[in-house]
Amino acid sequence: MIELTYARATDIDDAVRRATGGEGRYLGGGTNLVDLMRETVETPAALVDVTGLSQEITPTADGGLMIGAAARNTAVAENQAVRSGYPMLARAIVAGASAQIRNMATVGGNLLQRTRCTYFYDTDGSRCNKRSPGEGCDAIGGFNRNHAILGASAACVATHPSDMCVALAALDAVVHLRSASGARTVDLCDLHRLPEDRPDIETVLEPGELITAIELPPPNAAERSTYRKVRDRSSFAFALVSVAAALELDGDTVTGARLALGGVAHKPWRARRAEEVLRGQPATESAFLEAADVELAAAEPLADNAFKVELARRTLAGVLQQLTEGVRT
Amino acid sequence: MSTEDAGRAVPVVAEDWNPTAGPDPLVRAKHGLIGAQVSRLDGPLKVRGEARFAAEYVMDGMVYAALRYSTIARGRIAALDTSAAEDADGVVLVMTYRNAPRMQPPPLFLTDPKAAGGSDLPVMQDDSIHWNGEPVAIVLAETQEQADHAATAIEVEYESSPPRTFEEARAHPRTPDSLVGQPVEVLVGDAEAALIDAPRSVDLTYRTPRHNHNAIEPHAVTLGWDGDDLIVHDASQGVTGHAWTFAQVFGIDEEQVHLTSPYVGGGFGGKTLWSHHLVGAAASKLAGRPVRVTLSREGVYRLVGGRTITEQRVAIGADDDGHFKALIHTGISTMTPHNALAEQFTFPARHMYATETLKTDQQVVDLDMLSNSFMRAPGESVGTFALESAIDELAIELDLDPIELRIRNEPDKDPSTGLPYSSRHIVDAWRAGAERFGWAPRAQPGTRREGDWLIGTGCATATYPYHRFPGGAARITLDKTGQATIAVPANDMGMGTSTTQTIVTADRLGLPLERVTVAYGDSSFPGNLLAGGSSQTASIAGAVISAQRALVKQLLALAGDESPLAGLTAEEVGGRDEGLCELADPTRWESYAEILNWAGRDQVTVTASASDPAEMQAYSMHSTGAIFCQVRVNAITRETRVDRVLGSYDCGRIINAKTAASQFRGGIIMGIGLALMEDTNFDERTARIMNPSLAEYHVPVHMDVPAIELMWTDIPDPYAPAGARGIGEIGITGVAAAVANAVYNATGRRVRDLPITLDKLL
Repeated sequence: MIELTYARATDIDDAVRRATGGEGRYLGGGTNLVDLMRETVETPAALVDVTGLSQEITPTADGGLMIGAAARNTAVAENQAVRSGYPMLARAIVAGASAQIRNMATVGGNLLQRTRCTYFYDTDGSRCNKRSPGEGCDAIGGFNRNHAILGASAACVATHPSDMCVALAALDAVVHLRSASGARTVDLCDLHRLPEDRPDIETVLEPGELITAIELPPPNAAERSTYRKVRDRSSFAFALVSVAAALELDGDTVTGARLALGGVAHKPWRARRAEEVLRGQPATESAFLEAADVELAAAEPLADNAFKVELARRTLAGVLQQLTEGVRT
Repeated sequence: MSTEDAGRAVPVVAEDWNPTAGPDPLVRAKHGLIGAQVSRLDGPLKVRGEARFAAEYVMDGMVYAALRYSTIARGRIAALDTSAAEDADGVVLVMTYRNAPRMQPPPLFLTDPKAAGGSDLPVMQDDSIHWNGEPVAIVLAETQEQADHAATAIEVEYESSPPRTFEEARAHPRTPDSLVGQPVEVLVGDAEAALIDAPRSVDLTYRTPRHNHNAIEPHAVTLGWDGDDLIVHDASQGVTGHAWTFAQVFGIDEEQVHLTSPYVGGGFGGKTLWSHHLVGAAASKLAGRPVRVTLSREGVYRLVGGRTITEQRVAIGADDDGHFKALIHTGISTMTPHNALAEQFTFPARHMYATETLKTDQQVVDLDMLSNSFMRAPGESVGTFALESAIDELAIELDLDPIELRIRNEPDKDPSTGLPYSSRHIVDAWRAGAERFGWAPRAQPGTRREGDWLIGTGCATATYPYHRFPGGAARITLDKTGQATIAVPANDMGMGTSTTQTIVTADRLGLPLERVTVAYGDSSFPGNLLAGGSSQTASIAGAVISAQRALVKQLLALAGDESPLAGLTAEEVGGRDEGLCELADPTRWESYAEILNWAGRDQVTVTASASDPAEMQAYSMHSTGAIFCQVRVNAITRETRVDRVLGSYDCGRIINAKTAASQFRGGIIMGIGLALMEDTNFDERTARIMNPSLAEYHVPVHMDVPAIELMWTDIPDPYAPAGARGIGEIGITGVAAAVANAVYNATGRRVRDLPITLDKLL
């Protein structure tokens, strides 16, 4: 048997102390980590259960929202302040998984969920640099329909599976962290890494560092924002492509846009190039398509996923067109 | 007593009757529960969790099994170290080819009426590896967790060669020996020449992917030895065949295998005999303890064969009015040298349309993979996708309504055999279905739009053959309270077979439902039945017809001189009101209970074999249906969702409207999966299945399933026992083509390779 210890943290300090220096992992709802343990992809020596830490969703002094990392996904999606101020976040959450899983899954855990690349999961039959650095990647020459088109490397073409993180990227969310050496914050867009030659290192978190909260800045363009997920079946499937978008208009002119793509990269992909191109442009379909093209110019599709470039282009432009027309999808 | 009332007694068939001699008397019966909505009799038991499934039996001293699967497809085990596993906590036995007892290979399907082997490869007998996922070790331990853990501690090294790929192998196809016992090639005239001469034609290639079984209950078996007798609690859709096949493998008598399988969580063709059964029994023998083997979901993908890929050519030549001059359906599928099933996708073309010339033919290529096997409507499911898509394409070419094109080619006899149809009312099904669905001349492709969604409608023919296999038998025990128990080695994987047969038997014997018990799922019962080929309903009914005759003869012999029935022969009486009466004068009646009590008997037991299925030689017997659907395709993202489905069926008499509707509906849902998402990711570099889980192998979720309307002609087939042709498989047929045809209508894009994922429509 694989021996492991389990402890339920009483507060942040207790959690950090228990996880420091060991091979410990923080355990949220367990909807991903426990699966990975069953498949022996992960074999932590210690689990520190942090579901007893803050689940609070509270207003911040500047009009934003602070979401405790132990808040369940369902609680966030159902929260009135989230629904009115950050509707794309509520939409993104309910687009993911199933109601049962969302009832269990925590916000902090959602940020750290791992790729669903089937070669990553196949511990005894396939090579994976994310599991065993330097071993090789069987996805590159294999089934890679669901894999990355942006920011991938020769070592790894996996995607980040979260829907929620795509909305958080577009919302300029800030992640609050604690470790033995103190507290710090990281922008959500900077939390996850691109794979480069170390796809096993997925975030900028230090060993033992704990996500304590997600902070949302004050609502902005909420009425003209949404999350659109495109997938192979109508529920319980990961995104082929998803778009989180918020659009600010002055008359027919785009004054600002915050855009993020899911299902396309090793991290939630903030589409800053498209945002820059759009600023000051007329809100027309051709402008939206051009912006999408600029963002996707760097795409390097694999054998099975070239369609994602066109799908991302169409979905991004389509969502912006709908937001312009004031129709939320 | 009125004439109508007299007709309530169901007569007994004549000596040596078979359906070609005249309809089952029950076909004419107008009363009773047949056709009513009857809830599953075992439903409450299942809802309460009291129905015990294979993995829920506990045997004294039982140990738990875990399997280790090969990670190469072709080669041999070069090194094997089981020491760490053997030393692990709770481990009782580690069995590999080195210490496995000698076993005969399981006889392959179709090599014997009772053969149930999905593959005739020897199981764990040497170091050779034949497919990626082949079991290389089984670990027995005191708990499931201990077994699972120890299995991961086995170290295996392989010498491997690259598996053959489809593209390489297709250069060297072979012709299979048969298509489930039928000739591989059927030729009527010179279809290729007629195709060239035809003024209008289509000649197209369609492809379908691999599919795997995903019954809600993963395969499991709990078994143990009692001396040389083997006791098996199985998840099976063929108890007699499983017992017989176990016996062949272990060199014991069939009667020494005591196999039961009363509750099964879905079969779909997959709950047959696979290697987990055999390594489980062998390990149990070695360890001297009973064993429970419960496959994980991944284990089902590794050990249980699924549906092969197909590449199909359909060519149709027609005159300007759409009458077929040539119909050609040929193609290729994959097999292994160790299995018997080529996926008979060309069968529908043999029976469904009038054509001056016909050609059907199939070839196979051998790959290094797990043997493919039965999966709901093997052949017809994917064959109707190609055929019925091609007919839609021809209709568009001819600018003709696709229903009208089909009706114009309605045959008056079977085009391949020349036999008359036993009962064929597909045109009625088309017309009634079209009216209910509101089928109207279709808009030009890509022109109907609601918001961001393109709307399209499509239709297709569903079809599946009638089967009644030889060897059926039934035992009836009637006790002095008037309670009848029929025992048949039948299988109920959730379809409602036991309920359906309770209805049929009750109506036949003139008993209320609660006076009939159907005992099934036990290999010790007489005869041989397989829940396959949609055959059970007619096969069991056919056996009970014979058993009823034997029972009535015995009851008449027991009836005393004072009995109202004295002097009557079996031909002169029928069952009604919990007894027998004279057909000509129903006032001459005596209850079953009175007959037995008068004779001083506690019970009477009779056993009889079913007549041979002579009807299958005399008639072309097929169920048919008309499938209609409406889809929406997102104009931007090209996601396809099915809005509506209507199935209008002609399947003979429907026995239980409730369970029948569930069967049709379930088949249609599986058809939606076939159309839009099911796809085994088989990595040809390693011949390994890469999506062995319900997370990554997509089947429809609730939101993918629209309202499904159902209707049926309910016209009894005069040549089928109980008038019923069986409905287990037909639901999946035609659906993929109806969806593909609707997608074309919505978008103007024709997708000829399944599944229809959005990337094919961008």
